[in-house]
Amino acid sequence: MPNEPYRTKVTGWGRYPVVEGWEYKSEDLEAVTTAASLSRGLGRSYGDSSLPARTDLPVVTTTLANRLLSFDAATGVLRCEAGVSLFDLNRVFLRRGWFVPVSPGTQFVTVGGMVASDVHGKNHHVDGSFGEHVRSLKLRVADGRMLECSDSSQRELFLATLGGMGLTGHILEVEFLMKRVASPWIWGESQRISDLDAMVAGLNEAAHQWPMTVGWVDCLARGANLGRGLLMKGRWAEPVEAPEAPPPLKRRFRVPFEFPQIALCRPSMKAFNLAYYWKHFQPVRRGIVHPDAFFYPLDMLDDWNLIYGKRGFTQYQCVLPKADDNRPARRFLERFVSSGGMGFLCVIKDCGAEGRGMLSFPRPGISIALDFPIHARHTPKLVDQLNELVIAEGGRIYLTKDTFTRAEHFRAMEPRLEAFNAVRRRWDPEARIRSAQSVRLMGDPT
Amino acid sequence: MNTVLFGATQGMGRSVARVLAARGDRLFLVEHRAEALALSARDLEIRGAAAPVKTAYCNLLEPETFGSALDQAQQELGKIEAVVVTAGLFASQESLEGDSALAARLLTADFLNTVLFCEEARKRLLANGGGTLCVFSSVAGERGRKPVILYGAAKAGLSRYLEGLDHKFRRKGLKTICVKPGFVKTGMTAGLKPPPFAGTPDQVAQRVVKAVERGWPEVYVPGAWQWVMRVIRNLPRFVMRRIEF
Ligand SMILES: Cc1cc2nc3c(=O)[nH]c(=O)nc-3n(C[C@H](O)[C@H](O)[C@H](O)COP(=O)(O)OP(=O)(O)OC[C@H]3O[C@@H](n4cnc5c(N)ncnc54)[C@H](O)[C@@H]3O)c2cc1C
Ligand SMILES: NC(=O)c1ccc[n+]([C@@H]2O[C@H](COP(=O)([O-])OP(=O)(O)OC[C@H]3O[C@@H](n4cnc5c(N)ncnc54)[C@H](OP(=O)(O)O)[C@@H]3O)[C@@H](O)[C@H]2O)c1
Repeated sequence: MPNEPYRTKVTGWGRYPVVEGWEYKSEDLEAVTTAASLSRGLGRSYGDSSLPARTDLPVVTTTLANRLLSFDAATGVLRCEAGVSLFDLNRVFLRRGWFVPVSPGTQFVTVGGMVASDVHGKNHHVDGSFGEHVRSLKLRVADGRMLECSDSSQRELFLATLGGMGLTGHILEVEFLMKRVASPWIWGESQRISDLDAMVAGLNEAAHQWPMTVGWVDCLARGANLGRGLLMKGRWAEPVEAPEAPPPLKRRFRVPFEFPQIALCRPSMKAFNLAYYWKHFQPVRRGIVHPDAFFYPLDMLDDWNLIYGKRGFTQYQCVLPKADDNRPARRFLERFVSSGGMGFLCVIKDCGAEGRGMLSFPRPGISIALDFPIHARHTPKLVDQLNELVIAEGGRIYLTKDTFTRAEHFRAMEPRLEAFNAVRRRWDPEARIRSAQSVRLMGDPT
Repeated sequence: MNTVLFGATQGMGRSVARVLAARGDRLFLVEHRAEALALSARDLEIRGAAAPVKTAYCNLLEPETFGSALDQAQQELGKIEAVVVTAGLFASQESLEGDSALAARLLTADFLNTVLFCEEARKRLLANGGGTLCVFSSVAGERGRKPVILYGAAKAGLSRYLEGLDHKFRRKGLKTICVKPGFVKTGMTAGLKPPPFAGTPDQVAQRVVKAVERGWPEVYVPGAWQWVMRVIRNLPRFVMRRIEF
């Protein structure tokens, strides 16, 4: 029934942990956010960011609140409800020549989630994270009030909310700037890269010429091959290059059931990584690319998280400050491989300037993201080791991917946490709005 | 297509309206909450509906509002070519058994008043030389089933009525389309455990608009429910007594 909470399993994209909790789901966010402890969108954060702190604390799922509220075609200013999905925005706006200013690697996220994680994309080195393009937010704070906040009104609260993982309040509406694109198609170039130095050099060089770049690395390759992979570069195609027709809706496929554990053995991961590395035989492939294939290659498979089976999986993403010799990134990958880590995917990207969000993830340096299946005994230890390395290098982790980091490690890599907590305390002294993650990392009560 | 939508501020109606908006259709919304109407009208304009999208008050529990709402639509659109009705109430069988006032309200809204609204719409469409009347009934009306006895009875009556309309008026140019949703994940069903073949409103909307274009008199959404219902329609009574769905 609308506007009443019901029991359900609440879990993130990694399908671990799972909370037998309570959920509200309604078109009417204003009505249901009064009684909830946290808002969540499409659950594409991997770990416990969108999970309740306690099983009896209800969460709001915003996806039915999906109205567009205003759009100014002269300036590109769009205002919408927090539950609008990026998939929906792409269907409505791309054929008219507009695209979101920043897009993550999946379009099954909500605008509220994009603000709360302050997401970054392939254009981070040019355009920064999503929060840089947000003009204003309508927020329900812990005491029940609804506030409009922006750079000029409730500024602190505004900046704490960009990348604040939903902990400052329920985002009800978002106003941000859409971007004009030359055509709805991408001109892309994909290049095979033999090792880590070449990859980082390639990213740095491409950053000057290309508005969008990302690297994919074979995370099982070792030694001289460490860091080999594909470097992807792209820009919006000019109308003369682009096909006349708008990009057709891509067919999607379903993963029909949870895969058995055997699917995750080393040989199958090796095969996957090798096949990806040899995706195209020629060293460089150029041409017109479907925007979905460029931005969201994984979206082709619905529910692909089932491939990781019953135990679920996690992603570890960190950013390491730039160093001339790429040592930090090398040490990081070596640590991952040597501690028995293995995964299907490793994404590498150079980050541009740090954004406005008080707790937002990107900072200048190299970001590395690795997916791996959860193993009850090994995974926490592996994450500990990676965190120690990240702390030593002066980097930080991305909360929206995190499941296993310990509070002391988080504090050590987040000198900004105190300031963020101070804003939170001012608006919510009892931490009424909180998540399983904020209990784990920020000392919130359960 | 100039279309009047009753109950399209949320749920499957919202999705149907958006598919029509994306084609640039002219839309007119009627419902009982002014704020929801205004917000949906803006949403549809941004999505491509011919602007402005106008609205009128119409309450499923107040049949006297039906005629004037449709008249306003007629005035605004010039000619109404299609009417889509998704407005409806749902309540669990337990709550209906325990509360006869609620039962009376639901039976009145989902059968009597929906039929009265369709009568008003039918007259206006026929006076224009025909058109499409697309009404959301339910698979719950196909068999007497334990969890949906009262709601199902109202929908059964509605489905029969729509079938009759189609038989009588199709030759005069009025196409009646009875939409039979199985389980669709909307606010109405939030909290109910989705069975296999549960659909999304957007998926349903695509199929409903296809049915309108092709003039199918009956359409199950999602499509798989056609086969599910074929089985359920043929289950013997002793089985129906035993199963809980
Ligand atoms: C395949 C894949 C690729 C990805 N690629 C990228 C990438 O390239 N770059 C990147 O930055 N991220 C990436 N992500 C992560 C993803 O963009 C973020 O986790 C995003 O926040 C998910 O949005 P969601 O709507 O699913 O939010 P959820 O996962 O449901 O929630 C995420 C966080 O946002 C909060 N939140 C959500 N909605 C609200 C609201 N209305 N009010 C307050 N708080 C709210 C939640 O409390 C939670 O803390 C990727 C994820 C996947 C699965
Ligand atoms: N979802 C399913 O699985 C399912 C299955 C079978 C059949 N159906 C039928 O399909 C139709 C649409 O369902 P849905 O799931 O999309 O439901 P929904 O989201 O609840 O939409 C129903 C619409 O009817 C409106 N409405 C309710 N009372 C009204 C009143 N007194 N006056 C005017 N409008 C009123 C609602 O507005 P307010 O909320 O503002 O009142 C809402 O916009 C309904 O007829 C339903 O019975 C649904």
